[in-house]
Amino acid sequence: MGCGGVARFWREIPQRYNLIGNICGSCNKTFFPPKEACPYCRRKSMGKMQDIKFSGKGEIITYTIIHSASENFQKQVPYIMAIIKLNEGPKITAQIVDCDIENIKIGMKVDSTFRKIQEDGYTGAIYYGYKFRPCNVLVTNNEKEKCETK
Amino acid sequence: MRDVAVIGVGLTKFGELWDKSFRHLITEAGSKAIFDSGIGGLEIDAMYVGSMSSGRFIGQEHIGALVADASGFSHLNIPSTRVEGACASGGLAVREGYLSIASGLNDIVVVGGIEKMNDVGGNAATETLATALDQEWEAFFGATLSGVYAMIANRHMYEYGTTRENLAQVAIKNHANGALNPFAQYQREIKMEHVLNAATVAYPLGLFDCSPVTDGAAALVLCSLEKAKKFTEKPVKIIASGQASDSLALHERRDICTLDSTVIAAKKAYKQANITHKDIDLAEVHDCFTIAEICAIEDLGFVKKGEGGKAVEENITTLNGSLPVNTSGGLKSKGHPVGATGVAQIVEIVKQLRGEADKRQVKDAEIGLAHNVGGSGATCIVHILEAI
Ligand SMILES: CC(C)(COP(=O)(O)OP(=O)(O)OC[C@H]1O[C@@H](n2cnc3c(N)ncnc32)[C@H](O)[C@@H]1OP(=O)(O)O)[C@@H](O)C(=O)NCCC(=O)NCCS
Ligand SMILES: [Zn+2]
Repeated sequence: MGCGGVARFWREIPQRYNLIGNICGSCNKTFFPPKEACPYCRRKSMGKMQDIKFSGKGEIITYTIIHSASENFQKQVPYIMAIIKLNEGPKITAQIVDCDIENIKIGMKVDSTFRKIQEDGYTGAIYYGYKFRPCNVLVTNNEKEKCETK
Repeated sequence: MRDVAVIGVGLTKFGELWDKSFRHLITEAGSKAIFDSGIGGLEIDAMYVGSMSSGRFIGQEHIGALVADASGFSHLNIPSTRVEGACASGGLAVREGYLSIASGLNDIVVVGGIEKMNDVGGNAATETLATALDQEWEAFFGATLSGVYAMIANRHMYEYGTTRENLAQVAIKNHANGALNPFAQYQREIKMEHVLNAATVAYPLGLFDCSPVTDGAAALVLCSLEKAKKFTEKPVKIIASGQASDSLALHERRDICTLDSTVIAAKKAYKQANITHKDIDLAEVHDCFTIAEICAIEDLGFVKKGEGGKAVEENITTLNGSLPVNTSGGLKSKGHPVGATGVAQIVEIVKQLRGEADKRQVKDAEIGLAHNVGGSGATCIVHILEAI
């Protein structure tokens, strides 16, 4: 059984595919997922919330390796979940891929990538979204440099 | 506001109870509490019941009415309300009952908490428990409840030098307490090597760092203090009820290692009771995972942030320590039927304050605290009780 109807996940597609959040025009704080209003400026932020696309680069602030998972993730265990602090400020939860379990560590620089997230064994629906991977697996030096500089 | 007391408590055995139904469990706990209090059915003004996810666990919603019906009160038409706050559902139900009496609306209220978790398989239970997280921004990507607490643990170890052994010591202590509790799911002691060698659930947490999947129910009878004396010699007064919320997702918190909802709920509770953490003689805290107990004793103010691991190492929180924590065995060893937990914690505190905790009795216990958390800390509720 999936963890919810298909519509619920489709609604979030733009953010999930493109890492689009927003920024408060009043205090410059950034949010992901985007917020209707800035929780700090409230009324003052009305009409001043602007979409921004995050670079996808950030740093792992904590992680775990999941062995006991929900139904739709059974086929992926063990897998790495982490909280990543994006260079632009917001923190997000995502899987880390293209990284050996032995090599994962707090402080590691990572970059976002677009992947299959889960497959509903019941309906067969496949959901896509962001995952992150260590900067040092990127192919060209140019890419690495971009990833590692804030 | 009027003063409120607990005048009756009831608990079922916790565990994998294949032969007991949801109805069985809640009526067993409820009738024990009613019997213990000496009230009659006609005297009940209202009922509140905490349940996290009866819909997913047993395919039944509308639990408020079901519980009144199963208890034989349908013809009395007693108002009965379900309260939900994930793993804090039980604590929230206690608070609703408390508020309804404190406000003057009701005199006598029965509060129940229940979860029947073993009727679904392990992965389905994991998936249902993950609904306490942010479904769209955590669970969708593969996060589980154990995984989220594991991320708190990993960061706590990184920032404060908390050790794998510190986490294990929480489980060892709670199993030692649970071994003395005939209602506990696991009544056996465990050793360091058991914890360290157990299968990994979510690194760094292993099987023995996790509370189990449990069936069980708990109930209380609450009464205005002025009337309580009519029913019992030993009413236990609820001297504070503090509640707070925070972001659903762990990643949105101010600090990964602090449950601000606990900090705030505790502050409110200490203020209402007009005491400090130093006045607390014992505490039941929400140790759904070993790291959660370490964070709890820090966030409740018993030790400084980052020193929870050391406190456990120094045996401060054992049965004979200066601040016994989870004398019942905690969620770890007593078991964690999520909706029942917050109510069951109060059952233990009341037994301790009445001097009825048997081999687990804390000497001269006068003031006890119960700390119940929903999800990874999006909801927290702290109650403080006093023997009078
Ligand atoms: C930890 C967990 C994944 C283990 O589930 P599992 O792998 O299906 O375990 P099993 O049921 O197969 O049990 C295997 C053995 O370990 C024991 N066991 C299971 N969970 C245990 C626990 N948490 N502590 C101690 N022993 C446990 C069982 O009794 C069984 O022993 P036996 O072989 O002697 O009968 C599961 O208990 C869990 O998900 N716990 C977390 C629950 C949770 O998140 N609660 C909400 C928190 S707020
Ligand atoms: Zn702002």
